[in-house]
Order: sequence, then structure tokens, then C-alpha cells
Amino acid sequence: MPNLRPSSTTTKRRALPFFLASLFLFASALASLCLGAAGLSLQKLWAALLSGPDASAAARILWYARIPRTAACILAGAGLAVSGAVIQKVLNNSLASPSIIGINAGAGLAVAVCCALGVYAGWLVAGAAFAGALCATFLVVITARKSRASRTTVVLAGVAVTACLNAVTETIRTMVPDAALASQDFRVGGFHAVNQARLLPAGILILLAIAAVCTLTNELELLSLGDDTAHSLGMRVAPTRNLLLTLAALLAGASVSFAGLLGFVGLIVPHIARKLIGGESGRLIPFCAIAGAGFVTLCDLISRLIFAPYELPTGILLSFLGGPFFVWLLIKKRGSHSSD
Amino acid sequence: MIELKGLYASYDGAEILHGIDARFPKGKISVLCGPNGCGKSTTVKALLRLVPEVKGTILIEGTPLGSLSQSELARRVAYVPQSRNVPDITVYRLVMHGRFPYLSYPRRYRKEDHAHVREALKWLELEDLADRKLESLSGGQRQKAYMAMALAQDTDVIVLDEPTNFLDIRNQYELLARARAMTELGKTVVMILHDFELILHCADHVVLLGEGLVRASGGAREVLESSEMQRTFGVTPCFYETPDGVHCYVKP
Repeated sequence: MPNLRPSSTTTKRRALPFFLASLFLFASALASLCLGAAGLSLQKLWAALLSGPDASAAARILWYARIPRTAACILAGAGLAVSGAVIQKVLNNSLASPSIIGINAGAGLAVAVCCALGVYAGWLVAGAAFAGALCATFLVVITARKSRASRTTVVLAGVAVTACLNAVTETIRTMVPDAALASQDFRVGGFHAVNQARLLPAGILILLAIAAVCTLTNELELLSLGDDTAHSLGMRVAPTRNLLLTLAALLAGASVSFAGLLGFVGLIVPHIARKLIGGESGRLIPFCAIAGAGFVTLCDLISRLIFAPYELPTGILLSFLGGPFFVWLLIKKRGSHSSD
Repeated sequence: MIELKGLYASYDGAEILHGIDARFPKGKISVLCGPNGCGKSTTVKALLRLVPEVKGTILIEGTPLGSLSQSELARRVAYVPQSRNVPDITVYRLVMHGRFPYLSYPRRYRKEDHAHVREALKWLELEDLADRKLESLSGGQRQKAYMAMALAQDTDVIVLDEPTNFLDIRNQYELLARARAMTELGKTVVMILHDFELILHCADHVVLLGEGLVRASGGAREVLESSEMQRTFGVTPCFYETPDGVHCYVKP
């Protein structure tokens, strides 16, 4: 039986995955800062960090390109992975993720509308992306509840919502060519055009939302026990579920507002995290944040280097990984049960 | 003591309970029985405020249910549902959630909560399974884990909705022995059962429901022998005695 004070061996064993994930994140971030069209050695990197942004060409590359891009990868990876973990727990559906149930598409539509109106960065874009993500989330959840849908039907409702929202987005792009130019990065998702004006407000929202989710991990776990059990344990089920979905939409919306429609991060990372550390929310959420950040940073680095000097959008690489992963999950889930 | 007075309950406008009057004595095992769809689960869910449309009075030790906050209710009545999710967590973690009603935001579990959990695990002889994932357990072990969570909730009343479903015969009798032991701790146990032999074996008090109304209530043998039992189920319970006591079988 677990002791009140776990032994040092148990503590070390439980801390090891976090240490390895942090190491993975650190290594990915360091590689992301050093590698690219113009390579920076560790000495040059250190010198550029100390010298400030405008001291040399290397410093300008570091401060104006690599640091914002790496920060964007870290924030988007953490935001989308935590959003996916929350959605999967709240909907009790391991196939759900922000890209699959239409949340990213809602955020993408909102950003397209902003671009069509001539607003390309700042709090308004981040706020609109959040609002779009939130509307799509509740559209899917309410549709699923009204139709008393099964777990698979929730995913299908998400597919339908995604198709409708993407159709509206494409219409806006067709009707307003400027919006198409400004938001074409959003179609597949990537970081090559990221800038500080977009990153800062979204980054603040992501960090605040992750902190809020970390304080609600017990609630998250109670929801996975089922509504009746959660209610009988004294939890106000509907407001808590709505609050957590709102935070998930905030995380996905803010991430999409600067990274575009990056798919599958919210699906792949929580699954791998559960395999490594189990499903207890108190550990799963922070682990997803660290691992998601490292994973997206590494994917972005690979997409930069694999066909250098050409750059593959990160979203394409993620789709190459995520599509087969989703099919594998569908096959693996056949015949499995998550209730007695 | 739990008292239901003139209890009406509906789902989506369709009335399921048409004025239930019943009582569940303190420190005893009360069994709700009746044919499928007669309102047994709705009755126990009404006790937990899980039914949206309810009229009538429910008193828990004289306190109207409506006057209790959700946390207060969760500190008085624990519930083990018929259909249980199997989340990817350990037994210890599940049982720990029984302490949720005692915590306020941000709900960090305290030393005394861990002590309650250890006690509940010990009482249900689950110490060796504490670190095991729920999904790796048998149906009987999961049922015990959920009962341990209800016990850690430290309530006066424990409601079990068809707890013997999917359990083999040995686990069914073990569960009923646990329910009896819970009454010896002073708890009131309310459960739904279908099997007449099990009802005869464990119930102190039986409430027979039929079409959303109470058809009979009283001691187990009294209710099982009543003409209402035959009328409600359309079968005839028969009794025989052995040195172990009275037993029951059913003639179609």
C-alpha cells in the first residue's frame, strides 16, 4: 500500500519520467536554437545571448528568429497537449483531441475572420481564436449530448463541425484575398512566420490556463469516473465540465492563433504520456505540458532540417505522424472497454 | 432513518415515480426490489439528487434533502452506481476520491484523508491491490474498490445500485457480508437486488415497487410471501428450511 511518506526509491521512480521529459525538452529547445539555415555553435549561442539582439548577425538570428520560434513551439506544444488531455478526460473519450473534434477549426475560422477585417496580431486575434474554439467546443458537446451520442459519435460530430467551419474559412479566404494571404499559414500549421506580437498575448493565456488546469486535476479525474459518481462525491458536474472545456478551448485557441491548425499534438502526446506515467491527472497534466512542448519543438526542428534549404510546415510532419497514430488507436480500441 | 414522502420523479416529462412513501431504517440493510422499469434506480437516484424533476419530501435523519448543499449531501450519502467507469488510475487513487467532499478548492488531500483511505482499504482487504490499476482488476475486485471509496466517504448512508450484477456467486455473498458489516459500523445500507434468495439472505427491510408505486414493504419474508409479490412479478416464491435457515426458490 502507498505510504503517506513515499520512500526515496518510490519518489525517484515517480520523478524519473519528469526528469527525462524535461531533459528531452531542454535538448530539443537547445537544438532548435542552434540548428537551422545558419548554424550557431554553443559558444556563438552563449555570446549572442549575452550580447543582446543587435550586436551581430548571429545575435539577430537568435533574438529575432530562433528564440521566438522556439518559444512558440514550446507554448503551442504545451497548450495543445494539455488541451487534448483535458478534452479526453472530460469527454471520457481517448479519440478526442482539439483538432479532431473541431476546436482548432473554430479557432482557425475566428483568425480568418480577424485577418479579413485587417487585424493580424495582438490580443484581439488571441481572444477571437479562443472565442472560436469555445463556440466549436460547445457546439460539438451540445450536439453529442442532445443526441445522447456514443463516444464514437462525439468524434463524428466533431468531424462534421470541422468540415462546416473549414468550409466557412475557405469561403472567407476566397472572398477576401488579403485574408487568404495573411492566414494561409493556418491551413497546415507551422512556425516560420511567428512573431512576438502574436506570441505574447497567446503565450500569457496558455501559461495561465495550464496553471488553472493544474489546480483542477482532482475534478478532472472525478469526471472520468462518470457523471453520477462525480455528482455523488459532491462535485457540481455541469459547471465543472464547462469550466474545464473552456480552459481546453482557451489552450487550443491561443495555440492556434499563432501556430495555425496544428493537428494531432493533443492526441499523440496524452496517449504516450499515459503509457509512460499512467492516467492520474495530477501527474498527467504537467507531464503532457513538458512532453508536448518538447515534441512540437523537435517536430519543428525536423521539418526545418529534413529538406533543407526548403522548409516543410510542421503541421505536415505532424499529420504524417498523427494520421497513422489515429488509425492505430481505432484498431486498438476495438473491443476495449472503459466501463464495467 | 431515511423517509420518502409522496415522492414523484420524472425524466423528460415522463413520470416514473407516482407518489412513493417508504422508509429505510437506520443501521439496517434495506432492499428495493421490483420488475425492470418500476423505478428502483430512479428512487435511489432521487436520494442523491440525480433526478432533475422531483416532487415530494425526502428526509435524511429528519433533515430535508433540499436543505443540504451538494457537499453536505455527499458527506451523508455515498453511492456505488450500477455501471462504473474504469478510469486509468490506481485503486488507492480511486478510494482517495471518496474524500473529495471534505476538501475545498484547490482540494489537496490531507494526512487525515490518507488515514481514512488506508482504513477503508484495510477494511475491504484491498491493501495488496492498492497500487494496481483498476483496469487490471476483476469485476469483484473493482466492486470492492468502489465500495472502499464509498466507505472512505465516511457517510451514514451507503446506496448500492444492483451491486451483485456481473459478480459470481461467491463474490455476491461476499459483497452482502460486507454490506452487513457496514451496518455493524452503524451505517444505513440501501440497495437494489433482484434475486429473492439473496434478498431473504441479507435484507432487514424490503420495499417492493411496481409501476412507480410501493406495492409492499416490511420484513424480507413478509414481503416475499405477500400476494403483491406474486402479482407484481408474476411468479411464485417458494420457501424451504434447512439447518442454515430459510431459503427461497421461484416457481414460474
